[in-house]
Amino acid sequence: MSDHNHEKLGFWRKYIFSTDHKVIGLQYGITGSFFLFFGFCLMMLMRWQLAYPGQPLPFVGNLLGESNMPMGYMLPEFYNALGAMHGTIMVFLAIVPLIFGAFGNYIVPLQIGAPDMAFPKLNAISYWCYLLGGVVMVASFWAPGGAANSGWTSYAPLSVTATIGQTYWLFGMVLLITSSLLGSVNFITTVVQLRAEGMTWFRLPFFVWAQLVTAFLLLLAFPPLEAAGVLQLMDRLAGTSFFMPSGLVVGGEALGISGGGSPLLWQHLFWFLAHPEVYVLILPALGIVTEIIANNTRKPLYGYKIMIYSILFLGFLSFIVWAHHMYLTGMGTTVSTFFQTTTLIISIPSVVIITTLFITLWGGSIRFNTPMLFALGFLPMFGIGGLTGLPLAFNATDIPLHDTYYVIGHFHYVVAPGTIFALFAGVYYWFPKITGRHMSEVLGKTHFWASILFMNGIFMPMFIQGMAGVSRRLYDGGATYELAQGVLHWNEFMSISAWLLALAQIPFLINLFWSPFKGKKANDNPWEATTLEWSTPTPPPHGNFLEAPKVYRGPYEYSVPGSSKDYSPQSQKEI
Amino acid sequence: MEIPYTVKPRPDTGLINSKIGIWLFLASEVMLFGALFSSYIILRIGSESWPEGSSYLSVPIGTFNTLVLISSSITMVMAWASLKLKNFKKFQIYMGLTILLGLVFLGVKSFEYYGKFSHHHYPKESVFFAIYFTMTGLHALHVICGMVVNAYFWGPGSKMWQTNPEQFTNRVETSGLFWHFVDLVWIFLFPVLYLL
Repeated sequence: MSDHNHEKLGFWRKYIFSTDHKVIGLQYGITGSFFLFFGFCLMMLMRWQLAYPGQPLPFVGNLLGESNMPMGYMLPEFYNALGAMHGTIMVFLAIVPLIFGAFGNYIVPLQIGAPDMAFPKLNAISYWCYLLGGVVMVASFWAPGGAANSGWTSYAPLSVTATIGQTYWLFGMVLLITSSLLGSVNFITTVVQLRAEGMTWFRLPFFVWAQLVTAFLLLLAFPPLEAAGVLQLMDRLAGTSFFMPSGLVVGGEALGISGGGSPLLWQHLFWFLAHPEVYVLILPALGIVTEIIANNTRKPLYGYKIMIYSILFLGFLSFIVWAHHMYLTGMGTTVSTFFQTTTLIISIPSVVIITTLFITLWGGSIRFNTPMLFALGFLPMFGIGGLTGLPLAFNATDIPLHDTYYVIGHFHYVVAPGTIFALFAGVYYWFPKITGRHMSEVLGKTHFWASILFMNGIFMPMFIQGMAGVSRRLYDGGATYELAQGVLHWNEFMSISAWLLALAQIPFLINLFWSPFKGKKANDNPWEATTLEWSTPTPPPHGNFLEAPKVYRGPYEYSVPGSSKDYSPQSQKEI
Repeated sequence: MEIPYTVKPRPDTGLINSKIGIWLFLASEVMLFGALFSSYIILRIGSESWPEGSSYLSVPIGTFNTLVLISSSITMVMAWASLKLKNFKKFQIYMGLTILLGLVFLGVKSFEYYGKFSHHHYPKESVFFAIYFTMTGLHALHVICGMVVNAYFWGPGSKMWQTNPEQFTNRVETSGLFWHFVDLVWIFLFPVLYLL
């Protein structure tokens, strides 16, 4: 009976207020892509000021309002708001919703053989909370004094005394956190309860494991930031002093507050979330890359179980490394030593995962299609990001590098050519399942080579600038600093790379909008893959599977000796 | 299309979906209140002189409210047990009592708040009052949420008893778990704020 009802759903129920995990996944995807573009635009504006400090930005500059860019000259406050909002939007409104909300929602129920998420209505609610949080964040640009401008970390006391945009930021964060919490409860319940018959824990695709660990990180790490957000709201709105020390003087005037609070407390609460958050950004990316590499090498994943144990260990350990962001706060050498040790230990499981992926490549007959290129591009880029983190993990070497462009380079190598490449790989890989058509390989490869070139053009010079000591928070990119003079010419190079990177996305956009209508038709399993999402009709209908699937084998049985084809789907009984 | 294991437990895990869901949600709530209690500890240890606080609070009133909330947890269990025994009338009585006791708790809490405000004790006075108002306020918000859910199951939501009694019993159990958690938070809040 219910199936008939679904056929008759009107436009609004089917596409807007849907409870189907695939529609919600696409909603997350579209909204997240918008915010990804928005955050990218903020960065392109900043790069103008860094490359040509004090010069008016032609055309665009005049459109951004007298309070932000009078006559096209960027004001320092606006630059700070761009920096804070670029970080916030990219992390909380773009990457997490895309990699967890969009890919997780669309793919996880399909890969475990479930008809939908365990709580479909809750799933819709978490999307709408996310959208509302995003609207509040964007609206803050029109607040008096502009958007939040205390950095994406919102360190107190600066953030407590900041303009009203910071209050918008806090309300937006509370909504986003609520959305993530509901989403993670839903994901974990789905994986535990709705696995198809025969889908044991060690037959789950690695992508599902990655999403499961991610969901636990979101579930347990986000509430402390929610608590911190509530406390900062109290500080801002009710005049309390949770994060305000006694005797604080701002602009030559003593603040009329009770004092007795601790600015360090904010940092602890913030990084207790924000370090696991880094793994929220990277673990699902590793999951996507693993799926694609196993499929395109046509051989079983090397060390599937080792990878799972590694990711579980990594998830656990990510809760006790947060204070490596705070070596310079004077929290004491004993504490620093502890966090230095845990930080070095956490690099072990990361290296294990990357190494097993490299070993999987060994001896495979690799298909170099577009998703595979992005997955292969991910490996060295994530490798650079990870290895450049080691000097930051050591207490002693972190001191000169802290808060320089070196940190920005390190972090962006992990997330931009790392996670975003995995996102692109995922789009190219699952596109035929979602639309029934392939994306163009020519446009895809153009997109890949241009992107990897310009990504490195942006982020590689940051290491050079950072090691010269250029701080990450300079309005003029270091032009007025003696120490920056030798590396200043890189600013223009990086900015031009950033703008060219924007142009490099045009082939992708053409591909994305053209291929659903004109692309080469794809069958139900165009990549000859083994996991369950490829045994559904294309595109999967509401309820996903025509009949409840049964699972007979592990997720990566490629080139099984004695089999007639080089892949054995999980739902196939005989070899 | 039906989502499986909403009423009957999955054989290998022995659980229904909503039970796992609520326990996961409570785990996140533990982290939320855990962070607030940790903040309290860090602020108190870090302060040179902890502001005079608990002496402004009335221990007898706090004790009374603790008893009210513990009683409401008992009536909550009785409400669920009545459903298990297929006694819908008793369920209505016990659920009604649970909601009533929640109202008594909030009434006493508002009386306390009123007393503080009328003597000009506001959150901004000191870190102690900041903690006191923030934590009890957030707890009161949880009490209100729990009461709204309970009131729904007592009123319009109870129609489900006619169509699907098993699922209705599960729902009451789920909201009961949340209610016990809210009770438990108060059992930590009371000594920390009133006695220490």
